[in-house]
Amino acid sequence: MTSRQEPGHLLVVDDNKVNRILLARGLEGQGHKVETAENGKQALEKLRNDSFDLVLLDIEMPEMDGYQVLEICLQDAELRDIPIIMTSSLDEINSVVKCVELGAEDYLNKPVNPTLLRARVNASLEKKRLRDEQRKLFRTFATREVADELLRTGFSLGGKYVDATVLFADIRSYTNYAEKEDPAEIIELLNNYFALMFDAISGHQGTVNQMVGDGLMAIFGAPIPREDHREQSVRAALEMLNLLQGFNQQQALLNKTQIQIGVGIATGRMIAGYTGTQHRATYTCIGDTVNLAKRIEDHTKAVHHPILIDQYTREGLPADIEVEALGAILFRGKQQPIQTYVVQSREKTTF
Amino acid sequence: MPAIDKSTFEELKQMSGADFINELIDAFLEDAPKMLQSMQSALDARDVDTFRRNAHSLKSNAYTFGATELGRLARELEYMARENNLGVGSRLQALNEAFEKAADELRGFRI
Repeated sequence: MTSRQEPGHLLVVDDNKVNRILLARGLEGQGHKVETAENGKQALEKLRNDSFDLVLLDIEMPEMDGYQVLEICLQDAELRDIPIIMTSSLDEINSVVKCVELGAEDYLNKPVNPTLLRARVNASLEKKRLRDEQRKLFRTFATREVADELLRTGFSLGGKYVDATVLFADIRSYTNYAEKEDPAEIIELLNNYFALMFDAISGHQGTVNQMVGDGLMAIFGAPIPREDHREQSVRAALEMLNLLQGFNQQQALLNKTQIQIGVGIATGRMIAGYTGTQHRATYTCIGDTVNLAKRIEDHTKAVHHPILIDQYTREGLPADIEVEALGAILFRGKQQPIQTYVVQSREKTTF
Repeated sequence: MPAIDKSTFEELKQMSGADFINELIDAFLEDAPKMLQSMQSALDARDVDTFRRNAHSLKSNAYTFGATELGRLARELEYMARENNLGVGSRLQALNEAFEKAADELRGFRI
């Protein structure tokens, strides 16, 4: 992967001009776009104002040394994903070890050997590109926290039991003011709709893990456990309705299709894990609780309320979320009737 | 004995390309006297950290160009400063002389 390596945007940090020139010209010669900083302070300024793929960082510098820069970067959510290669003289090996232990990606001895420079820089850039790609992929269906967690822990394929909350949402009806349905308009509508729903769900630390047609499934409290998954799921549902109302108002103004949704939520123990193949995997939950959430969502049609939840979900809600008992309902495929509740949304939704 | 080790310098030239070996030499000839000056004033002010840092930089550059004797002296001074020892005797003088020798040769190597 020598010459085919795509160029990166690199920052060379060294207080020594000869070293800066040597590294910068060497890397430019390998096709990269290189900027330089003379000390730690300048480096952080540049890192915060522009996006870089890799930093080559000298340890020994006045003003702010390499350690300090490294530590600040690793603690900064915006900067910690940029790989840092420490550059040092041979007799600073102890310092280098310390930096790698802290979280530096790699190190290079000065004077730098060009072959080693090329190899280490390209390897780091390649690793970063893979991580960026993975992260982008994860973020399309997961929150930032979940994506970061997945990157840290990797995919453990073994399933496990989790206590979590599952949310199903589906479009119940389309109200079409337009004379005829335009396929392009419907797809645009769905995309806008999903964007809003994803926002509401990930804003409450939920993970959308399935989309089928105009329906979606989201999980709260897994893969990263959190105590308030029941409350978060219901708040997400309320925000979904809220956002949808704004969306519908806008659609009405444009004389475009409006939609109504139904949301079903259930909480309990379930089996969670990654399913799929090497090439395509998804985080999913399986079990009675999941089936129940789907049944409850179906039931919103029958009772004309947009959000229905089960007993366990209801027990995890704070007082400010108003619910109304709907009674025990025997859902299809269930042995026992389930206490079901309507969540009152502040906005009166016609359904 | 030459101040610049020819094979190290040739390697550097090969790595940097003939295009910017001059830029490198000029940067060194411009910066090294500042480092030597900083070492002198740090010594006068008993500022061991500044002394050590400049010795470190000078050592690093000396090794880059193959200025063996200059590098050896700078390294010695850096290590003394690390031990908080600024009893450098005539070493700083020797360091200045080693730099002058190396600088003369490097000027001759400009393309």
